Amino acid sequence: MGRLTEAAEAGSGAQAARWAGPPPTLLPLSPTSLGCAATMASSDEDGTNGGASEAGEDREAPGKRRRLGLLATTWLTFYNIAMTAGWLVLAIAMVRFYMEKGTHRGLYKSIQKTLKFFQTFALLEIIHCLIGIIPTSVLVTGVQVSSRIFMVWLITHSIKPIQNEESVVLFLVAWTVTEITRYSFYTFSLLDHLPYFIKWARYNFFIILYPVGVAGELLTIYAALPYVKKTGMFSIRLPNKYNVSFDYYYFLLITMVSYIPLFPQLYFHMLRQRRKVLHGEVIVEKDD
Amino acid sequence: GKHVEILDAKTREKLCFLDKVEPHATIAEIKNLFTKTQGKSLKDEDVLQKLPVGTTATLYFRDLGAQISWVTVFLTEYAGPLFIYLLFYFRVPFIYGHKYDFTSSRHTVVHLACICHSFHYVKRLLETLFVHRFSHGTMPLRNIFKNCTYYWGFAAWMAYYINHPLYTPPTYGAQQVKLALAIFVICQLGNFSIHMALRDLRPAGSKTRKIPYPTKNPFTWLFLLVSCPNYTYEVGSWIGFAIMTQCLPVALFSLVGFTQMTIWAKGKHRSYLKEFRDYPPLRMPIIPFLL
Repeated sequence: MGRLTEAAEAGSGAQAARWAGPPPTLLPLSPTSLGCAATMASSDEDGTNGGASEAGEDREAPGKRRRLGLLATTWLTFYNIAMTAGWLVLAIAMVRFYMEKGTHRGLYKSIQKTLKFFQTFALLEIIHCLIGIIPTSVLVTGVQVSSRIFMVWLITHSIKPIQNEESVVLFLVAWTVTEITRYSFYTFSLLDHLPYFIKWARYNFFIILYPVGVAGELLTIYAALPYVKKTGMFSIRLPNKYNVSFDYYYFLLITMVSYIPLFPQLYFHMLRQRRKVLHGEVIVEKDD
Repeated sequence: GKHVEILDAKTREKLCFLDKVEPHATIAEIKNLFTKTQGKSLKDEDVLQKLPVGTTATLYFRDLGAQISWVTVFLTEYAGPLFIYLLFYFRVPFIYGHKYDFTSSRHTVVHLACICHSFHYVKRLLETLFVHRFSHGTMPLRNIFKNCTYYWGFAAWMAYYINHPLYTPPTYGAQQVKLALAIFVICQLGNFSIHMALRDLRPAGSKTRKIPYPTKNPFTWLFLLVSCPNYTYEVGSWIGFAIMTQCLPVALFSLVGFTQMTIWAKGKHRSYLKEFRDYPPLRMPIIPFLL
């Protein structure tokens, strides 16, 4: 790199690069920004995201997989296979229940243990981001997983009367299909053998599943409101010695309202991801 | 070697021209060169002649977006809590039930808390006007919305409970209040002492940076152990206030503030270490020996 330091000496502050007449031929950088240039071939499909949330994956990770230790890769592969299997079991259990009983009543109760186990296990994904074996931001993954934990433990588990609402089945179906697609996508990517239909599913199913899932969640919270108000659950009233109060009813209302700004942002981010992945492919083919 | 020209992908403008690039250089190496040539941002005071450039100097312009002066931001974000807290203290209508409008709390600690809280923000306003010497003139405009939401929001939340008709005074009574008040006052004096010491480090109108050292004022002796004792004292003040009022929202505010100030202290500590070879090794960023 000896001779390159001449250009680098231009150093702190002002730039001493020279413009020397008509531009020479450019290196074939991708039309996307310099920072993404190196990712043009591998795109976002790099499957090291062992469970990282959909919204957070636009960090470049080419070759990062190769830098991941054998231990990390093995663990992530195991994790993703296990999660795929878990959500598949859930899906099958739901279908069987409906086929045998012909109703959704009692469905939640029959699958609740499996649901709680696998959804709670997903907390590990935050650790994956923290220790850096996943390139996604901790914050995004944290928010995504937390919202799931919130629905499962603070709504359906805690507010028994709403467990037989149709809206519960709505979001359970959305979650199940999404997670099976997502985890199998990561699994196959880690194994370097990604069938196209999985990638297609991953970047297209969400278009329907996201709104369906949100609808199910919102309707469920809405159905829970009267019970929360009546029982005053999870709430602290004044006076108390720590001089604080908390009203779970109003907290739920605020949560519902917060979907309004948050959901479109996530949704359009996913749409942009989708266009980048599909679009990115097209550009690679056309490149000189 | 080859010539490499880098253009902006969107505008097709020439960003950089690198000559004598090795043919077998990787894209990563070229990216590195490119970012190295951009370098640090220049200061207003830098003199053209003194910059390490060749016969032609190329300066990069970066639009920082809408800006607002630091003084304006500080004044706005501190005046809010001062005013808002008083609205709750005087029990202005529509906050508590109508029967409590303009009534006064029967607890001494509530009056004391109002004095402390108000004193704290008046001190901050006066320091902004007369004590602080700012390195930067401005900050991005969106910061004022973010900062005011934080300060004003927490002030309202705390003030609501402390001045509530159903407020419960501290468990250990006058003892607890006296101890907490002592902590608060000591930390306020400490914080002010540090601000004065930092001001004296820097002559009026200049932007020079020097290592701060303890002075004759005992409150500044904390400089022996931490880089940012002003933050240490600030956290101490809020802990004192939390103990005095025994109010969980105050404790949460202290925790959030502590987290933010730790991030700032670590950054400041790192830049001190980078800038000064002879920086005292015993010092920690914000908590002696620990953090």
